[in-house]
Amino acid sequence: MDILSNLALGFSVALSPFTLMLAVVGCFLGTIIGALPGLGPSNGVAILIPLAFTMGLDATAALVLMTSVYYGAMYGGRISSILLNIPGDEPALMTTLDGYPMARQGRAGDALVLSGVASFVGAFLATIGLMLLAPLLAEVAFLFGPPEYFALYALAFATLGGLASRNQAKAALAAFIGLGISTIGLDNSTGMPRYTGGNLHLMDGIDFLVAIVGLFAVSEVFVFIERHGVGSAVGVRLGRVTVPFRDILHSGWSMLRATVIGFFAGVLPGAGASLGSFLAYTAEKAIARDGDSFGTGNPKGVAAPEAGNNAAAGGALVPMLTLGVPGSGTTAVLLALLMTLNITPGPTLFTERPEVVWGLIAALLIANFVLLVMNVPMVKLFVRILSVPAGVLLPMVTMVSFAGIYSISGSWFDLILMVAFGVVGWLFRKLDVPTVPIILGILLGGHMEASLRRAMVVSGGDWTYLFSSPIAVGLWIAAVAGFIAPMFLRGLIRRREAPEVVTDGD
Amino acid sequence: MKKTLTRVAAALTLAVGLSGAASATECIAPANPGGGWDFTCRTVSKIMFDLGIVPEPIQVTNMAGAGGGLAFAHVVTERNTDEDLFVAASSATATRLAQGAYGGMNADMVRWPASLGADPGVLVVAADSPWKSLSDMVEAVKADPASVTFAGGSAAGGFDHLKVLMALRRGGFDDIRAVKYISLDGGADALTQVIGGHAQVMTGDMSEVVGFLKAGKVRVLAVLNEDRVPGFEDIPTAKEQGFDVVAVNWRGFYLPGGISDAAYDKWVERLMKVAESDAWAEAMAANGLAPFPKFGADFETWVRGNIEEIRALSKEIGVIQ
Repeated sequence: MDILSNLALGFSVALSPFTLMLAVVGCFLGTIIGALPGLGPSNGVAILIPLAFTMGLDATAALVLMTSVYYGAMYGGRISSILLNIPGDEPALMTTLDGYPMARQGRAGDALVLSGVASFVGAFLATIGLMLLAPLLAEVAFLFGPPEYFALYALAFATLGGLASRNQAKAALAAFIGLGISTIGLDNSTGMPRYTGGNLHLMDGIDFLVAIVGLFAVSEVFVFIERHGVGSAVGVRLGRVTVPFRDILHSGWSMLRATVIGFFAGVLPGAGASLGSFLAYTAEKAIARDGDSFGTGNPKGVAAPEAGNNAAAGGALVPMLTLGVPGSGTTAVLLALLMTLNITPGPTLFTERPEVVWGLIAALLIANFVLLVMNVPMVKLFVRILSVPAGVLLPMVTMVSFAGIYSISGSWFDLILMVAFGVVGWLFRKLDVPTVPIILGILLGGHMEASLRRAMVVSGGDWTYLFSSPIAVGLWIAAVAGFIAPMFLRGLIRRREAPEVVTDGD
Repeated sequence: MKKTLTRVAAALTLAVGLSGAASATECIAPANPGGGWDFTCRTVSKIMFDLGIVPEPIQVTNMAGAGGGLAFAHVVTERNTDEDLFVAASSATATRLAQGAYGGMNADMVRWPASLGADPGVLVVAADSPWKSLSDMVEAVKADPASVTFAGGSAAGGFDHLKVLMALRRGGFDDIRAVKYISLDGGADALTQVIGGHAQVMTGDMSEVVGFLKAGKVRVLAVLNEDRVPGFEDIPTAKEQGFDVVAVNWRGFYLPGGISDAAYDKWVERLMKVAESDAWAEAMAANGLAPFPKFGADFETWVRGNIEEIRALSKEIGVIQ
């Protein structure tokens, strides 16, 4: 009953024609920002904050606009993942794995609608979770110390094998390259710079957006030039958009499982949406009967990461609101917005400023429905932007990439770095080395190393500390199982398949 | 003909626009939106315009990178004589200059007009911790340094780490390399670790702990300020507990090094007006800042002393040679 009256309060604050208009505008801008490579939710929100102030919006209106942009970008990231094989932002990385193959098979429309529905399921349930459980879930963050975080990241890397279906060694190589790149910059445990060569631009490490745009978008340009545009990956044609009810029903459970995984990954500060979508994908691949077809355009491989990353976006709001700890880059920017509005998130926010919290939750629910409407029936509108001929589209993508990367730090150094990543990406395509594990290494490696180093400081170098709590032990067991299980499962599947091959030969 | 005219007109508009942009007053926040430097720039710029101290709104530029190093290098090498530029600074700037973390650039390459406020340092334990005072904590460290882990938002050797070492040394504990410190992604993150029992003491700024303090989840052992902080009168200072430590995260500015003395004085005067305004008093109260007004030559001397102290301490713990 309490929740209903609180929710009523929230909607009374957030529901007016003006805020609804802001929600629509925010969702639209957010979707476009998300879909453009190089512009992700965090710089999207950061770019638009000044707009909110110049418009003189009050706290609630500003929040509605910004959360709409945030959720919109989370939805929009998948569009270029599916149609261009270039992730629009880092959480949409996993969606390229099956989304793009689906598009190549002429099922781009199905993939877009399916992932739109999955995004809605993930984001909607996460918002409900935020509403019901936020104060309770805040306690989860207290349970995670250095050993638990390290075990969590170890779990992520142990399941990496589930990603590459063809050559595990190359996937491992790529992951190690990513981990290596993540060590560049100031080492917080000693205060010493590493591998910077005295260059100030490298002190903060290499931004993963630079790596993503370089490895995916810029390398695509190189391939395009090399082949004179023949057989280009870009320019998938979109047929009639229908609702693929069968796929949605088939991946219903995948979406729900991915939502739970993503939500909890989001709740833990530091883990965030990328880990959420990654774990959702590998978990789904591990338990699916048709797990081997992941990576070749399996609808579940599109639904799981999208539900996962949108659920994580909702989950990341839990530590941000209840502890003042931003769980991701975007929530860090949202936190900044709240502070500028004289609202200090923390354990007292829910009791002291209920109108802000419940207004925000109402805004999230509104944004979700607006986005469902925008992304399912109107998906063609967004697709049209991306369906111009490759010769026109690629220069545009390049331009937006350069502008987006330049906006991160305003330095030419990042642009050169991005082109260098483009060359590396092009080379790796030739060598058939997957680039997704590189990004995961960069994204998660820094956190993983920091938690190990913290654990070693706390325990004075005693490695048994890493297994000192039930949560840590549980995560380690899952990691070992995740590492070994695919090997046995693969053996089993092969044995079962063997007779079929013989009959086929006949 | 018409086309040429349009082009000339466009070029003129562009030129006027560009020169207009170049002459506007600018504040550089050497970090992304949301941090302390961004807050300092935006708040002070807004007050300056609202009070009519400057005729036009001040443009705030975020120039993140290398903990302020990119902005510092930019100012020294490219904007050395720009009299319409001021840059947000804090204890973090002083710490990095002291440790030579800005690629060998030093504090004499710029000028220091004023600090306006300060976020007092705090040492915080979980509400269920047995320690009630700073000396309880120091005694525990003396008895067994390995049993106490400190958590803070800055890197090892950064300002949060140094606060702990200063307090321990004043308490007579000199084996500072035995002190365990872990670096988290910010003050709130560090508090979470302390409340969860993964670390024992959080070191950070007053503004970072206000929410948790009100919720009754933490106890502040000592505030590292000259006097008790308005609004938090029941929290004792380290000084009155017999530990002579003052460590505040001051919020101020630096200016390009090549500007004229007249321009420097103009900026000091402008910032004085901000410091005296009601709007700034309100902004400080809302953000847990204490007044910390230091201007002109006073401030220049103080910054140098601050940097010297940090340098000496950093050498001792081995962060720099």
